[in-house]
Amino acid sequence: MFAYIVRRLALMLVTLIGISIIIFVLLRVVPGNIVDILFDAAGFVDPTDKANLEKELGLNLPIYQQYLNWIGGLLHGDLGYSYVSEKPALQEILPRIPITARLAALALLFSASIGIPLGVLSAVHQGSRLDYTLRVVSLSGLSLPSFWLGLLILMASVSLFGHMPIYNPNPATWTEAFAIYAVPAMAVGFRSAALTMRITRSSMLEILRQDYIRTARAKGASEASVNYRHALKNAILPVITVIGIEAAFLIGGLIVTETVFNIPGVARFLVEALRWRDYPIVQNLVMLIAVVVVVANFTVDMLYAAIDPRIRYGD
Amino acid sequence: MRSVHALAAAALLLLPAYDVASAGEPKQGGILRVYHRDSPGSASIHEGATFSINVPFMPVFNNLVMFKQDVAQNSADSIVPDLAESWAWSDDGKKLTFKLKQGVKWHDGKPFTSADVKCTFDMLMGKSQQKFRQNPRKSWYNQVEDVTTSGDFEASFSLKRPQPALLSLLASGYTPVYPCHVSPADMRTKPVGTGPFKFVEFKANESIKLTKNPDYFKKGLPHLDGIEFTIITNRSTAILGFVSGRFDMTFPTEVSIPLLKEVKSQAPNAVCVVEPVNVSTNIIVNSSAPPFDNIDIRRALALVLDRKAFVSILYEGQADIGGTMLPAPGGLWAMPKEMLESIPGYGPDVNANREEARKLMQKAGYGPDKRLAVKVATRNIPIYRDPAVILIDQMKNIHIDGDLDVVDTAQWFPKVARKDYSLGLNLTGNAVDDPDQSFYENYSCGSERNYTNYCNREIEKLFDEQSVEKDVAKRKKLVWEIDKKLQEDVARPIILHARQGSCWQPYVKGITIMVNSSYNGYRYEDVWMDK
Repeated sequence: MFAYIVRRLALMLVTLIGISIIIFVLLRVVPGNIVDILFDAAGFVDPTDKANLEKELGLNLPIYQQYLNWIGGLLHGDLGYSYVSEKPALQEILPRIPITARLAALALLFSASIGIPLGVLSAVHQGSRLDYTLRVVSLSGLSLPSFWLGLLILMASVSLFGHMPIYNPNPATWTEAFAIYAVPAMAVGFRSAALTMRITRSSMLEILRQDYIRTARAKGASEASVNYRHALKNAILPVITVIGIEAAFLIGGLIVTETVFNIPGVARFLVEALRWRDYPIVQNLVMLIAVVVVVANFTVDMLYAAIDPRIRYGD
Repeated sequence: MRSVHALAAAALLLLPAYDVASAGEPKQGGILRVYHRDSPGSASIHEGATFSINVPFMPVFNNLVMFKQDVAQNSADSIVPDLAESWAWSDDGKKLTFKLKQGVKWHDGKPFTSADVKCTFDMLMGKSQQKFRQNPRKSWYNQVEDVTTSGDFEASFSLKRPQPALLSLLASGYTPVYPCHVSPADMRTKPVGTGPFKFVEFKANESIKLTKNPDYFKKGLPHLDGIEFTIITNRSTAILGFVSGRFDMTFPTEVSIPLLKEVKSQAPNAVCVVEPVNVSTNIIVNSSAPPFDNIDIRRALALVLDRKAFVSILYEGQADIGGTMLPAPGGLWAMPKEMLESIPGYGPDVNANREEARKLMQKAGYGPDKRLAVKVATRNIPIYRDPAVILIDQMKNIHIDGDLDVVDTAQWFPKVARKDYSLGLNLTGNAVDDPDQSFYENYSCGSERNYTNYCNREIEKLFDEQSVEKDVAKRKKLVWEIDKKLQEDVARPIILHARQGSCWQPYVKGITIMVNSSYNGYRYEDVWMDK
């Protein structure tokens, strides 16, 4: 097991180096840099001014030199300066992480706490009205874009309550604080919950047909015990995998949700930084997301072993 | 020296756009909450070229002179002293001297003096040690030879030749005075001004906060305790925020006509106005390469335009048709209607214009069996893309098949600058409703913003002639002649001049939306809230 973990950690390191190169090169392949954008916005170009600015930002250096400077800085905890705000990138990124992390965690919590029980219910009552209703709800969850759902929630909130749950750094009441995060988390987590529910349902249906379930029933185990102790425990593995993957994909949904609900998290910040070709922000943020995804995958793999005693990672 | 204006005289001459008596005595206090349409790249007005910077940061500064904030139409007559106490032109019109107010302090407590004026304009002219990262309005000061000081409270602009319009340029929201002792880099992140509001913080993509300057040199002002701009890039969210009462005001001139209906239906008490923004939607034609090097094809292009269709589709009728200069009544310099309609393509009979255009196309060798294929380049932003699509549709009438070529913002200017286009759909904003700014910037030979490289030495002489002319009536006639010629030469066919909406809650008082510029009306020192 120890050797396996060491191997996985080494592989993670190689993966992250590969990702860093891809991020760096792709960013430079996209046409235009911040200097082009600044001068475009001003609608003029003075070649000397432009060259000076490129020099000031280090954009005149060969690409490999820029890469080495970035990685060297990263290793020393120096993420560079935002080209736009001219503040240290770390200072720009750090305050936004807890906001997005809170939102993502709530969305995942919503997804698991709604998706798994409803999936079980749907499977246990296969073919019933409840099953059909839940399947329609889950299909709608997969079909409705989160930005549309978000706007709908905002509109409904304004027209019903005359108030809208957009971000406020200093909420006055706990209900406002809850609404600031919970409502967008629901909007972005609805799709995830629907997917989780469908995977739970299909996984449960498969398990519920297994011989050992029949045996449990024959031994007189209660329905609750059969469904939750025996079936769900074994059906949960693919669900965990999906939740792990969803955690990685969540950032895409968060970009839209943070924009609609005007939440100053890292996801919206990333898009804005990309628009300005603010390389230090974009490459460090994408790298951060890559680390989160790689670590999430690693954690999911470790969870398999913890949940299913049949899985053993050996040499 | 001949004194032209003085504060008292100016104040008496001007009629306020809103009725102070009926609005009641201004109340003190309150934070004005406004949503901002996007995150400005920096806080430095001199280094920016978008009113996204002027709106939140103009309240931090003062100019030497400014357009009176409660008069909607910017003109030479609406210019009032700001940091200057008075100004005077020399008899030969080549020297403009400002007497400066005494006792004015920068927000960090240091005294404001004439040295700051010199520093600011030396930097704008590229003469100082300290440099702006970018200096988009350097050409505004082409005629300024030198800025000199006499003591701490007098500064003079010496000109190469008379340029009466210089005063209007100095009154623009784009022309604040910067402190000598703060570097351009600091001004981009922590601006220090003398204005009614002090800078508190600017969180990119989040908010901009200003607080009242208790030591403001204009006694009794500002009325507000502060201004908070919340940056909301999603237009629907922003409008919902205004409708729900979370914001006291929309971002100025940012409410489109369809959205305005939405606002009025959901917030019927909101005060909304629709005003011209002095931004023209126009066509840039690469006349240095085929097929538009052929004047007949360029003329055919000008004749095919059904401007009324653009206006009704894009703005539900709320836009104006004109030449280069903003049409009346908002604009001061536009050609009279009869003169405008005498220009090919501006006549009311669109079918007759198109018949003529088809003949020109036939002369150039194109017809129903041999259609001309062109790419129509434009920025990938709706306000650019939408008119480009209509243009493509209209060009079909004269055997031109247009193919939309949407270009990322980062690539738009480099592409245009290297003339890598045949036809482009462009928007041109004017910070000051004055021919000097518009003509020299957009049509002068060699100007960086003359995207089409239009160069006509005869017209260039007329540019200078109007620029030195002191008599406004005479200058107007020259300007009309130039504008007509520019349209006839198909230098940069103007499709329309847009209007946009602004809304505020009924308790917000003292807001005036300028009718001939979107860059000059955001000092907000007179704004107050009746609640």
